[in-house]
Amino acid sequence: MIEIRKLSKWYGDTAVLRDCDLSIRKGEVVVVCGPSGSGKSTLLQCINGLEPFQQGDVVVDGIHVARAGRALPRLRARLGMVFQRFELFPHLDVMDNLCLAQRRVLGRTQGASEDKARVLLDRVGLSEHAGKYPAQLSGGQQQRVAIARALCMDPICMLFDEPTSALDPEMIGEVLEVMNQLAADGMTMVVVTHEMGFAHRIAHRVVFMDGGRILEDTETAAFFSAPQTERARLFLSRILSH
Amino acid sequence: MDGFDFAVIRDSLPFVWQGFLFSAGLTLFATICGLAFGTLLALARLSGHIWLSLPATVYVNAMRSIPLVMVILWFFLALPLLTGKPVGAERSAFVTFAAFEAAYFSEILRAGILGIPRGQLQAAQALGLAPMQTFRYIVGPQAIRPMLPILLTQVIVLFQDTSLVYAIGAKDMLKAAEISGKNYNRPVEMYVFIGLLYFVICFGLSRLARGWSRGRFAA
Amino acid sequence: MGYDWDFGFLVSRVKNGDETYLDWLLQGLFWTLCVALSAWLIALAIGIVVGSARTLRSRWVAGLAEAWVELLRNVPLLVQLLLGYFVVPELLPRELGLWVKQDMPPALTAIICLGLFTSARIAEQTRAGIEGLPAGQRQAALALGLTTTACYVIVLLPQALRRIMPTLTSEFMNIIKNSSVAFAIGVLELTFQARQMQEDSEHGLETYLVVTLLYVACALTANRGMAWIERRTRIPGYLGSSR
Repeated sequence: MIEIRKLSKWYGDTAVLRDCDLSIRKGEVVVVCGPSGSGKSTLLQCINGLEPFQQGDVVVDGIHVARAGRALPRLRARLGMVFQRFELFPHLDVMDNLCLAQRRVLGRTQGASEDKARVLLDRVGLSEHAGKYPAQLSGGQQQRVAIARALCMDPICMLFDEPTSALDPEMIGEVLEVMNQLAADGMTMVVVTHEMGFAHRIAHRVVFMDGGRILEDTETAAFFSAPQTERARLFLSRILSH
Repeated sequence: MDGFDFAVIRDSLPFVWQGFLFSAGLTLFATICGLAFGTLLALARLSGHIWLSLPATVYVNAMRSIPLVMVILWFFLALPLLTGKPVGAERSAFVTFAAFEAAYFSEILRAGILGIPRGQLQAAQALGLAPMQTFRYIVGPQAIRPMLPILLTQVIVLFQDTSLVYAIGAKDMLKAAEISGKNYNRPVEMYVFIGLLYFVICFGLSRLARGWSRGRFAA
Repeated sequence: MGYDWDFGFLVSRVKNGDETYLDWLLQGLFWTLCVALSAWLIALAIGIVVGSARTLRSRWVAGLAEAWVELLRNVPLLVQLLLGYFVVPELLPRELGLWVKQDMPPALTAIICLGLFTSARIAEQTRAGIEGLPAGQRQAALALGLTTTACYVIVLLPQALRRIMPTLTSEFMNIIKNSSVAFAIGVLELTFQARQMQEDSEHGLETYLVVTLLYVACALTANRGMAWIERRTRIPGYLGSSR
């Protein structure tokens, strides 16, 4: 469903991505991990064209992202994205946050988008909060709304960019619970995260990045029991010792 | 319009130069006097004594809520009444701009001083420094650096504002150009020329202010 | 200072005409408000577009917007006004130029010039407002499939404009003050009337006092009006307002 081939990207002289290859099949849950600054988030943002890249190909559902042009907004609408800092629109209440793109991008009616929004708010356990503004919600609640907002668009795949790293520890659980449910329902997911417990339980594959390169791309069990590279071993031992 | 006559611009240069000297002199004078008076106003407002801060506050807010053209007209009318003898447009302009700009400079200075963390004041007091010493050795030197580009920007605005002495007929750069335009019957050339001249001067100074603030803050 | 204050002159007739000085004053107030408010609409419309353009990724568009701002910011308003009044008609096609010179009211020239001048300042504030937003807001809007235009209109500008309400308020007060420059091309606004009344009546100080108070009253009204809008558009729980 997503094919990344020989993807490279530079900021001026510094390479942030080097020759990355990755393919994601329908229904797969792939966790991308690695030290900070390794290019994980950039890789994710290249998938829906938020970041331009200089070399290589990103193909989503048969469409070349770099050459999508005017079709890019439509393509993005089919990929749900969840951000580290939630990025709900603070000037709109929860219901409007959920309905905005449904109406503007998918052309749904107000009624249809509100029905859809209610179903998904219920799914993330926030039905009573439809009329509130983002700043009136806790971080965990905001992130669940953000997930619901992305799901409203009926995405073919969900991209998560460190969805729990801006959260207080006691709120991480509620967000991961929603993501577990999503994976169980068969959603295709690419998750950039440091939550190794989540990766261990849910992911089909783990991708390890460092210095802009993909160093490992293996079955979850294999990654945790016997990482192939020294750097991945070091990373795991550091993160698991906490 | 039959062709653009560059000769007019060349011929009027000496006259426009005189006007420029007036505009630049007015800007310089208003900057120096305005800064001095503005510092006093800022200190008065920050002094905490009501009989110092209240008049200063009223003065600053009054100046800032009246159009500059009206202030220029006010001084031109009131100065001769106060001094009892005629005051020329040029001299009136000097007094007006010093008084007017002081209000704006004082606001910049006050913001700069208020930007110093309270801990610095407490530390200075804990060391036993007197209020004036605190200002001179601790607050002043710290406040001045980030303020410099803002002050320079205000000076550029001031230079542009000096064109408003038009209202009382003082012979600044704009007026000189206008008179030349009338004398040679080529107003279009002269207005375009003076517009360009203002742009070159102000744009150049603003680039300087920008480079200055970058260099300062990078250091 | 032995000056005889006398505000009674306001209701007396002007030297050559049937009007009273009060009529002149009210006419002045009308034109000041007319010029300032019309120019404000132009300034807002152009300023928001140009300010947004400066934050676009396209170098070409952003550069053009920057040139607009620098050009209008580095020439005195009065000079721009005189250029608009004396030079622009010469550059237009002959017929149009003739019409502008003979039939177009000078107030229209003043409105356009003041509007363009202020648009550069509003553009700078709009840009600062947009750049002050978290970068993720733009990304989130685009990731949902919104086009760049929709992203600005629905997501970025509503937030940015709320953030810059305090500077917009002072800009609104500025435009009322700056409209006084229109006297130079013969617009019959307050400053023009003040000069005219001062010469005609020999009650200069009273005239200036009344005109000054009218300006202050306009500025205060503008300030209250903007504060009202700011309250009406406040978002619960956001930007310092209480929950």
